[in-house]
Amino acid sequence: MKKTDSGFEAINLGHGSGGVMTRDLLDQVIFRILGNELLDKKHDGSVVQFEGPMAVSTDSFVVSPIFFKGGNIGELAVHGTVNDVAMCGAVPKYLSLAFIVEEGLDMKEFVEIVESVKRAADKSGVQIITGDTKVVERGKGDKIFINTTGFGEVHPRANIAVKNIREGDIILVNGPIAQHGMAIMSEREGLEFESAIVSDSTNLNDLVLKLLDEFGDKIHFLRDPTRGGLASVLSEIAVDAKVGIEIFEEQLPLEKQVAAACEMLGLDPLYVANEGLFAVFVDPEIEQEVLELMRHEASGQLATRVGEVTSTHRGKVVLHSEIGGKRIVTPLIGEQLPRIC
Amino acid sequence: MKYLKEYRNREATERVLREIENTCRGTWNIMEVCGGQTHGLVKNGILDMLPENIRMIHGPGCPVCVTPVSLIDKAVELLSQGAIVCSFGDMIRVPGTEMSLLEAKARGGDLRVLYSPLEAVNVAKKNPDKEVVFFAVGFETTAPANALSLLHAEKEGLNNYSLLVSHVLVPPAIEAILDDEFNTINAFLGAGHVCAIMGYREYYPLVKKYQIPIVITGFEPLDLVQGIWMAVKQLEEGRCEVENQYTRVVREGGNRKAIEVIREVFEVGDREWRGIGMIPNSGYRIKDKYRDFDAENKFGIDHIQVSESPDCIAGQILRGLKKPKDCSQFGKGCTPMNPLGAPMVSSEGACSAYYNYSRSEV
Repeated sequence: MKKTDSGFEAINLGHGSGGVMTRDLLDQVIFRILGNELLDKKHDGSVVQFEGPMAVSTDSFVVSPIFFKGGNIGELAVHGTVNDVAMCGAVPKYLSLAFIVEEGLDMKEFVEIVESVKRAADKSGVQIITGDTKVVERGKGDKIFINTTGFGEVHPRANIAVKNIREGDIILVNGPIAQHGMAIMSEREGLEFESAIVSDSTNLNDLVLKLLDEFGDKIHFLRDPTRGGLASVLSEIAVDAKVGIEIFEEQLPLEKQVAAACEMLGLDPLYVANEGLFAVFVDPEIEQEVLELMRHEASGQLATRVGEVTSTHRGKVVLHSEIGGKRIVTPLIGEQLPRIC
Repeated sequence: MKYLKEYRNREATERVLREIENTCRGTWNIMEVCGGQTHGLVKNGILDMLPENIRMIHGPGCPVCVTPVSLIDKAVELLSQGAIVCSFGDMIRVPGTEMSLLEAKARGGDLRVLYSPLEAVNVAKKNPDKEVVFFAVGFETTAPANALSLLHAEKEGLNNYSLLVSHVLVPPAIEAILDDEFNTINAFLGAGHVCAIMGYREYYPLVKKYQIPIVITGFEPLDLVQGIWMAVKQLEEGRCEVENQYTRVVREGGNRKAIEVIREVFEVGDREWRGIGMIPNSGYRIKDKYRDFDAENKFGIDHIQVSESPDCIAGQILRGLKKPKDCSQFGKGCTPMNPLGAPMVSSEGACSAYYNYSRSEV
């Protein structure tokens, strides 16, 4: 057993005791991997300086399975919160990181998760500045839960607010929908099917920063549709902004594999979760420029227009079906469930 | 996956819709039997694209909707007795007398949502000290796989696997609808997937007895409008035949192997349909030789008392006598979050289709 694995094959209750074992785990795994000048002070918290307005967002991550095609719960916990901060029109700077680990989690898996937290944080340009590790008895958790809170500096030219959405705005997304949800679904017990679908989990702050640098307040609104999918988020926005939204089925970007998996399980891709997708509401005059900028970035290569804002049917999203019919798109109610036949 | 784009083609669909418009003179009530077709019609906005004198009536072909409350209550009881209950996803939110399967899970029941009954046999293999029950609901479509799971379990010598069966059949349901004194249906769209298994020979006597056209129809937008067009043509020309729109999937004799598996395990018997009542010879039950795999026989779960909301008009909706919006509780006392009846939560239920896709007019 390597010293860096803290000498144990699995996490046990002692690792959460607050005593020597906890200290060892922190030193040999957490600080070793995530250490930076603020974290290395090993104080109860960190003190940081912000010049202007600050954006804060928190999220908990409970995904099962914890390892999936295209990522794991560790990088998801970084990307998810980094993206939420970015959607506020801010540049994410710092993250808190809290683990709730179920007794018995394989130490190698834990180390791998912490390492991917580090990789994702570096890629996103954020520092982990405070954290916590608790261990719960077997059966009281599901391997590992992670909570992160992100802090970011609001971009000086950003003015992201639901009230800025107006008639004529164009709605763009940075890539294909439903990737993450279907990647997870294909590995769930009882539903396993062969697929090459990879989660879209990634950080979006670099792309958002470029959009804000270039277009400032002509970017009216940003939102990342995670759970509940694009349909749920657009429905919420239509209500909150008191506008109508029209989307066009034939414009929805959907990978062939994902479309086929959704057909097979009877799921509507509009309601399936994403982890590296965002919708941006822009002034119609900059639509083409925004698309061009997005398509030059790794996380926006398949950026496309999906719809527009109207002043009719306020509070509702209307989908124009491929065959030219219309229907209302409502938010997801409960969990999406595979159908019977 | 092939044949999706082709059957969602806008120009082709519009062409058929124009043909329907040109052909249709009379006023016709056409029932699509299957809930999957109902959802296809509503989700693609087809109902609003048809001429006004064609009225689509939504049929009873939602297996989840017609599964009796007593069976859900029995599954809940089995969960509370410590059995692992495996179910298709859309069954688990349907309200029972006390609670749904999802609520039973929240109270500690070991409920597994599966995509295939064969997976349930694996669960039984992995949990030899537990009873594993598969909630075998559905029309003829799911019967072969459910039957096959039983045969697999027998072959593997598993004595901890059983089926809680609520299998229903389409032709007796069509007959019950046509025998109803308030029936106004002029033609049927037959359920494509059911016929993929069973073929369509059993519809010949129905067409003859009731003088009514039946068009076996698929589920994509183009399938649906073609099926409607074929039915309208028959009606306008005064013909009453069984026609097959879904030729890329359905053969007259069905799937011989699947039928053999069904006949090995199941026999036809009387069945209770939720909201409709008892229909003679309208379902499958497990043959006596496999009674050890019949959960109702294996466990003492016959004592269950059921009750349903008196405000729910699911029965009339399933028989095509009322539309979801005719219900005083629709979208108010009854929503997918708080359903009074099964059609509001099943993925094939008419109420759920209306709630999700056309709650208020576009």
